[in-house]
Amino acid sequence: MTQDMLLTMVSGVPWTIALTAVALLIGVVLGIPLCAMRMSKLVVLRMVANTLILTLRAIPPIVWLFFIFFGLDTGFVSLNPFQAAAIGLGLITAANMAEIYRGAMSAIHSGQSEASMALGLSTYHRFFDVLGPQLFRVALPSAASYAIGLLKDSAIASTIGVHEIAFQASHVSQRTFRGLDVYAVAGLLYILLSLPIAWASRWADLHLRARVAR
Amino acid sequence: MNDLVDFWLEHLPAMLDGLLVSVQVTGVSLAIGVPLGLMLALAVQSRSKPMRGIAIVVVEVGRGAPALILLQFTYFGLPNAGLSLDSFASAVIALAWCTGAYTSEIIRAGLEAVPHGQKEAAEAIGLNHLDALRYVILPQALRVSVPALLGFSILMLQASSLCFAIALPELVSQAYLIGSTTFRYMPILVLAGLLYAAICIPATIAVSALERKLGAHA
Repeated sequence: MTQDMLLTMVSGVPWTIALTAVALLIGVVLGIPLCAMRMSKLVVLRMVANTLILTLRAIPPIVWLFFIFFGLDTGFVSLNPFQAAAIGLGLITAANMAEIYRGAMSAIHSGQSEASMALGLSTYHRFFDVLGPQLFRVALPSAASYAIGLLKDSAIASTIGVHEIAFQASHVSQRTFRGLDVYAVAGLLYILLSLPIAWASRWADLHLRARVAR
Repeated sequence: MNDLVDFWLEHLPAMLDGLLVSVQVTGVSLAIGVPLGLMLALAVQSRSKPMRGIAIVVVEVGRGAPALILLQFTYFGLPNAGLSLDSFASAVIALAWCTGAYTSEIIRAGLEAVPHGQKEAAEAIGLNHLDALRYVILPQALRVSVPALLGFSILMLQASSLCFAIALPELVSQAYLIGSTTFRYMPILVLAGLLYAAICIPATIAVSALERKLGAHA
């Protein structure tokens, strides 16, 4: 393993981080309306959300990425690999985040919602001042482990040509005819990248837990 | 619309062949990976330090590295060490490793869910360690783990799509091949998606129904 090979692979790290961050951002934001629809009183909205979530989660990410990158490219829209990967992984993340939010919702005691209604708080204040902060704390650990999973799933973007770690690794291994050490280093890079997320999540969880007497 | 249906019907046999390979590789990986997961779960709790160390490394690497990298490592990397495998065997090794690592955590959670008194009671009636495990602990632990294991199996079928990268002729490879010869990526990828959805959506619904049913008695 020469320094040149190592540097090429490390040059994929920013792309991996950027892709994970953009997809996570899309998912965290889009997950909110999706979860709201999933828990709506209207049957139609609930069914639409349910179908969307099931479909997004049932079809493998690689099929979504190919569909967005090769499938949509035929006519009016043209996306570069990074955009296609970010949209595809972002949508899948949205479906999973919606389920995480829903799980967190059910963990919050219904008395919280009833109490804020009894106090005459508006829907806005009920969600943003009472339920939201609690939801954030409950959802954080599962969201963090999903983020780690997403970091690893972002390797799939190498198949449509995003220049991230897995792409650089296969590039280097094809050029040098060495696979064993190249892919071992690539795997190690992913493990190293996931460590700070795990630490940050554990720290935040302890920190937030300490502020709430349970 | 007729045109689309004709296109799908023309390529359906090749796609079903691909789906069969996907299901086969998933099935074999699970058949090897789940027992491996059980062994890893027991090894992680073992008293012997080297055994615990090895098990933890196998689990953490299997969970920490992306499945795609594991696949490429076994297919492109192992030949450097003098071990050349065809794409099916490489896929099975990589996915079984991944399965073992993830299911060991699922099974460990199941083992921890068995009340401690069960183990003490087994010891009190004179069962040795192996019998206590086999007749008392595992039947209860595995029952708790079943829904999560089934959910994981669905994820593995999806993960088998990554074998595209090592030229295994599974569903995505077939779709890509047909797409690149006919230049009609969109319809063939939709068909691939539908085939995955046709298996995964009913399976997901069934698993969550099972989970609710088991949860109701807990």
